[in-house]
Amino acid sequence: MIRNIILAAAVSLAGLYSNGEASAQDALHIRIATEGAYAPWNYTLSDGTLAGYEIDLAKELCKRMNAQCEIVAQNWDGMLPALNAGKFDAIIASMGVTPEREKVAAFSDPYSTAPNAFLALKGSGLAQALPWHDKFDLRDKASGSKDIVEKLDAALKGKVLGIQGSTTAGKFVDEYLKDAVTVRSYKTQDEANLDLLAGRIDLTMANITVLAEALKKPDMAEAELVGPTFLLASGTSVALRKSDTALKDKFNAAIHAVNADGFNKALTEKWFGVDISVKN
Amino acid sequence: MDLPFLYETLLKLLTGVPLTLQLAVSSVGLGAVLAVMLALARLSGLRLLAWPASFYVFIFRSTPLLVQIFLIYHGLGQFHAVRTSFLWPLLREPYWCALIALTLNTAAYSCEIVRGALLSVPSGQIEAARACGMSSFTLHRRIVFPLALRHALPGYGNEFILMIKSTALASIITLMEVTGLAAQLISESFRAIEILIVAAAIYLSMNFIVTRLVQWAEYALSAELRPPPAAASGQGATL
Repeated sequence: MIRNIILAAAVSLAGLYSNGEASAQDALHIRIATEGAYAPWNYTLSDGTLAGYEIDLAKELCKRMNAQCEIVAQNWDGMLPALNAGKFDAIIASMGVTPEREKVAAFSDPYSTAPNAFLALKGSGLAQALPWHDKFDLRDKASGSKDIVEKLDAALKGKVLGIQGSTTAGKFVDEYLKDAVTVRSYKTQDEANLDLLAGRIDLTMANITVLAEALKKPDMAEAELVGPTFLLASGTSVALRKSDTALKDKFNAAIHAVNADGFNKALTEKWFGVDISVKN
Repeated sequence: MDLPFLYETLLKLLTGVPLTLQLAVSSVGLGAVLAVMLALARLSGLRLLAWPASFYVFIFRSTPLLVQIFLIYHGLGQFHAVRTSFLWPLLREPYWCALIALTLNTAAYSCEIVRGALLSVPSGQIEAARACGMSSFTLHRRIVFPLALRHALPGYGNEFILMIKSTALASIITLMEVTGLAAQLISESFRAIEILIVAAAIYLSMNFIVTRLVQWAEYALSAELRPPPAAASGQGATL
């Protein structure tokens, strides 16, 4: 708990101190922003250094682009405006491509794809209330997923649901469950998890890999994954300024390369236990 | 300048104003009661009362409000004993956690404002009141508190303004007041500058009204600032 506060403070401080202007003109030097609070994708170690799947991936992509990279931690909810303000050149932070985000930034081809899931306390009865365990693809709204959303709506009536602000999970809740549940919006997923354990919220929704990682912590033993999972975005991509088309091409080539030679497959298996790389 | 967007943002952010004002007014109101008690404890001359009060002020003035909010919201929620206690229905809600943190914080600052104001009452006036045979209660009611209130007002106006701005921190524990709504709108539209300017304008207008109210109260409480009664009846001009 104290650790989480310190972590949050460290992340926000890191945000404060990384105000230097970055420029992508010189493609050899790229400043990459990540959140540093979304384990195992990207997180901050106790000594302040960044680690995680995306940190390893970013380093490899940079190597293949022959670029010198600097990875900085940034607050999640200000990332896209800061990208356009030139504070860094790319975002590698488990960001899914959505129409809203595409209005303000350009996205590379996806490097991984993982669905969102619900987390609730054991014994809360939510596992029984949500007896569907399939993976639903909501990217194509015309598909038969309308039915499951209506069932969810009825099952979750009156519950309090916590999400991290400006995530695809948050958008899903906003779009489909708003009338059924009370939504609480958190700065980080860790805070939502804490409030789940404290009993302030009934369930939370986030990327399944992040929830699975959180469940490894001993104090999360009281929680469990419940209900169906949803694929909400076409995958996680590198976000770039719309004007940096050359940089986007470079990232795309590097992403295709790591997917083609199995590097990404091995890396996702190392960090998530499953292969969530993208097949070219 | 995208005026329709600014207007739309303004309408959305205004829905957060009641919560912001509710937090600010309640915390300053409850904090004032606590502050007077603390100030009287500090001035009581009894160590048993004065020291705990001084310690309280020291703790709450010397730690960041954000940390206090975190400790009350996330910190207390960690303890199983707290979660099963009679306080949990209150502490479970982010609103009450924010209100408690804001109240405890403003009480510490206000205690010093009140203490300073009480000490600034001229001893001559107190002696004169005693010489007239006033009891301690009458002395405080007629002389000390009215004078102290006047001295405290400018400082208290400051504190009220600070508290209105401090409510922005409540957004960190999921409360959707003006700043919380602004953060949400930014996450939806990614148009940080426009939204934050509108939010700032809302705080500015709220504080403009507060400064006017404090000015009016100062004027109303200071007889020497008002025209003499004769002027009010219309004869002052001919004299």
